[in-house]
Amino acid sequence: MSATLETAVKEICQAYGNDRMRMMDIVRDVQAKLGCVDSQAMSLIASEVSAHRVEVESLVSFYAFLSTKPTGKVVIRLCDDIIDEMKGSKQVAEALKDELGIDFGETTADGLFSLEYTPCIGMCDQAPAALINDVVLPKLSGDIARAAVRTLRENPDPVMLVKDLGDGNNSHDLVRSAVNNNIRQKGEVIFADMDPGEGLKKALALSPAEVIREVKTSRLRGRGGAGFPCGMKWEFTRGAEGDQKYIICNADEGEPGTFKDRGILTEKPSLVFEGMAIGGYAIGADTGIVYLRAEYAYLRAFLENVLSEMRNNGLLGNNILGKEGFNFDIRIQMGAGAYICGEESALISSCEGLRGDPKNRPPFPAQKGYLQCPTSVNNVETLCCVARIMEKGSAWFSQTGSDGSTGTKLLSISGDCSRPGIYEAPFGITVKEMLELCGAVDAIAVQIGGASGQMICPDSYDDKICYDHIATGGSVMVFGPSRNILEVAAKFMEFFVEESCGYCTPCRVGNTLLLNGLEKIIAGKGEVADLAYLESLGESVKIASRCGLGQTSPNPVLTTLKNFRSSYEALLTEAVEGKQPTFDIKAALNDAETIIGRKSVHFKG
Amino acid sequence: MSDTFTLTIDGKEIQAKPGQTILQAAEDAGVYIPRLCAMKDLVPHGSCRVCTVMVNGRPQAACTQPAAAGMIVESETESVQAVRRDIVDMLFVEGNHFCMFCEKSGNCELQGMAYRFGITAPRFPFLFPDRDVDASHPDIFIDRNRCILCGRCVRASRDLDGKHVFEFVGRGHEKCVAVNAEARLADTDIDGNDKALDVCPVGALLRKRVGFSTPVGKRLYDHKPIGSDIEHAGQE
Amino acid sequence: MAKPKLATTSLAGCFGCHMAILDIDDRILKLVELIDFDKSPVDDIKEFTGPVDIGLIEGGCCNEENVKVLQDFRKHCKVLISIGDCAINGGIPAMRNNIPLKECLEEAYLNGPTVHNPSNQIPNDDELPLILNRVYPASEIVKIDYHLPGCPPPADTLWEALVALLTDKPVALPYELVKYD
Repeated sequence: MSATLETAVKEICQAYGNDRMRMMDIVRDVQAKLGCVDSQAMSLIASEVSAHRVEVESLVSFYAFLSTKPTGKVVIRLCDDIIDEMKGSKQVAEALKDELGIDFGETTADGLFSLEYTPCIGMCDQAPAALINDVVLPKLSGDIARAAVRTLRENPDPVMLVKDLGDGNNSHDLVRSAVNNNIRQKGEVIFADMDPGEGLKKALALSPAEVIREVKTSRLRGRGGAGFPCGMKWEFTRGAEGDQKYIICNADEGEPGTFKDRGILTEKPSLVFEGMAIGGYAIGADTGIVYLRAEYAYLRAFLENVLSEMRNNGLLGNNILGKEGFNFDIRIQMGAGAYICGEESALISSCEGLRGDPKNRPPFPAQKGYLQCPTSVNNVETLCCVARIMEKGSAWFSQTGSDGSTGTKLLSISGDCSRPGIYEAPFGITVKEMLELCGAVDAIAVQIGGASGQMICPDSYDDKICYDHIATGGSVMVFGPSRNILEVAAKFMEFFVEESCGYCTPCRVGNTLLLNGLEKIIAGKGEVADLAYLESLGESVKIASRCGLGQTSPNPVLTTLKNFRSSYEALLTEAVEGKQPTFDIKAALNDAETIIGRKSVHFKG
Repeated sequence: MSDTFTLTIDGKEIQAKPGQTILQAAEDAGVYIPRLCAMKDLVPHGSCRVCTVMVNGRPQAACTQPAAAGMIVESETESVQAVRRDIVDMLFVEGNHFCMFCEKSGNCELQGMAYRFGITAPRFPFLFPDRDVDASHPDIFIDRNRCILCGRCVRASRDLDGKHVFEFVGRGHEKCVAVNAEARLADTDIDGNDKALDVCPVGALLRKRVGFSTPVGKRLYDHKPIGSDIEHAGQE
Repeated sequence: MAKPKLATTSLAGCFGCHMAILDIDDRILKLVELIDFDKSPVDDIKEFTGPVDIGLIEGGCCNEENVKVLQDFRKHCKVLISIGDCAINGGIPAMRNNIPLKECLEEAYLNGPTVHNPSNQIPNDDELPLILNRVYPASEIVKIDYHLPGCPPPADTLWEALVALLTDKPVALPYELVKYD
């Protein structure tokens, strides 16, 4: 490492006070500056922040957006989730490979371009999409991708690629993105017109205990997917021992097919931050952290600006809105490409400058969370609801929706429908009504709740979307008659194999085995017994996994086995003379026939 | 005795002390709950999941779940055993476990667990992963083919030796144990007296030149299943 | 009444498991009372004489001939048993499973430190079975009914299992008879 680079790394470390807890920020900045966090950089960072070198390596090797080997000046990350694939990402991939002359996972000889795949980047409503460094390019085609590469060869600044700005704040000077919000239906809670700061003002007129009581009365449940009652979480956090407490906003929207938080962060960021301040007041925290997924880095400058405006307007900072002694501020913590960090304890690990391993529970974050302090982790949408509940009252909020599921829900709808986008609908909407809204006329299957959710068939289209029936964090993926449901399930399993943190055995190994078993059936080599095999294996993974990822990752297999069993059965075969259908003698002999230069005598033709 | 409380494991009432995990309380009561990543003197890790039990009908890792009064714990039920067996099978197919030439054979906890469960062959297909061996150190070697990612060496080096020679790198199926050096174990500050060398449940981290010192028939699990010592203590 | 028939073979193994069969000592006399050997290295019968009740497979499959023999065993044997670790998980031969075949052959016949091969050619004759891309456990090629692990399995393990099968009892091996080394 040259002296200049050494200085650069040291300066980055110093900018974060050589604080080991800020390692995520440090390695992100080093990655941005050097194009990688190489061996020497890791050693240097370790000595600067007084960590062991292998701890830095542990972190860097965990996150997909960090690299120990040099990457190109421009990193093209093509989203390869199922919706993007349905919308033509394979053609885009071919065009990129051809135009760049490299395969995925490679860097061009001139060091200009690296080409990678990435899971869902939250753009399913405008797929296929890619990230070019931090810049989102939605609605790609092969031709657009080629043109983009050519433009970047002339000027490797991806900002040059953004010509038509998207709707709403996407055209804001600090965003300037081609992304569209596609907010198709505004509801009463999130996307209605409102007075900024009103909820916070009313909250501060109450005692913290009263705020929590109001949230409890509203029966607000977490919008991220798990559905834990928000008021109860806050009560636990408030009641937990410790002077220092934290509230964290989970903006690591990574569940495939979900992009509703992107819409909120673009159009209603101050509502989110207001909700955090209310939460801070309620639980007794003076610090909030927004954990923003790396894929949404294009919103960061805009969000920072919103925060600074709120500080200027007395909505953040010391003695907020004149409330003596209530001090609260927010920092943004960037992620670095890891689905698991949407799991609250993994998210906390990441905020602490560690690999995104979930933590053992108990203790729960409400008892011991960020830096061992009581911490409430809430979804972006939940926090918006809180601000509105304080503004308009719990009675107003709970009149919408159903008993167990009050309020509205943001749905991110994509796939085979004519109007993909974000819909704010009251809880209790049926699947059928939802499909009509988004213009899905011939859906044979709907994946609700993302990859970890469930694949439902038309028999269930009269069911209601709510916590008690079909629960969802917001992802709705629609599949029309031309789609192969088993291949969709396999795509989701591939995702889990890639995104498992690897900490516990069942998730680390079991997902691979599930994927292999599913692929065996898709290849026409499965037998009747394989269905029971997949079911029992899936159950073991669900039961024994340590966190929500592994506890739900078998769902693509288990729910399609339940709801689309005939699709499996149609592909089954029977063993002939006890031979395993999976063994392919031709493939097994191919190498030898090439090397030795003659054909098999025993197995002809 | 006033601060102890009662919980039930497989219908048997046992006493537990505040602060104990289910696994520790069971062990004190002579009830063995199978485990691989858990080890005395190391902080619980909760990663192997072999100690999965049902607590009031919900699955929990016995090594990390605090014991509580009135808990109904199911451990040796058919369904729990099936899950544990699956996990042991997964560990076997995930690595390259060739017991016939492994120095640890007979004293290996993974092997011992498979023996205890009466596994004659894993029910999953072998994955035959490509893994490294690090024999750079004059006295110690790492054979990652045998590693089950239990994290005992990581914890022991960090918490008992105060060194941090080992740490996990990579994620998912690429996760492995790395050493605190650019590449080689020889370049770390590990030495032959480190406690980390005595914790590996399998043959992944071993001292050189001391293999096969106990004859077949006299090794830990040749005659009695792993956990027998705990169960035996419970009968006295 | 005709005695049940037993067939055995060693594929990619070392014949150690067959030695273990012989290691049942004088019980071999009882065994011969219980069964007739069909295709087996024990009696040197090269081809199946007909259907067989029990087949014992030693070793995994490293070449095409192994596959052919194994499939032939499955076709002829009512009950097929993998005996020993090589049949079950590939064993020592499977250590090559992460090395490309070309590299394996070149190391073995051209580049290895102890190789003396003036012709500088990898052996090639129609009589030599082609090597598979990797070593396959027997259960990856055909259905296997029972697994008797060990390297080799203890003679008692083989004996107990055979006696159980021949007397229509479940194969339930005591703790000390299931070992992987």
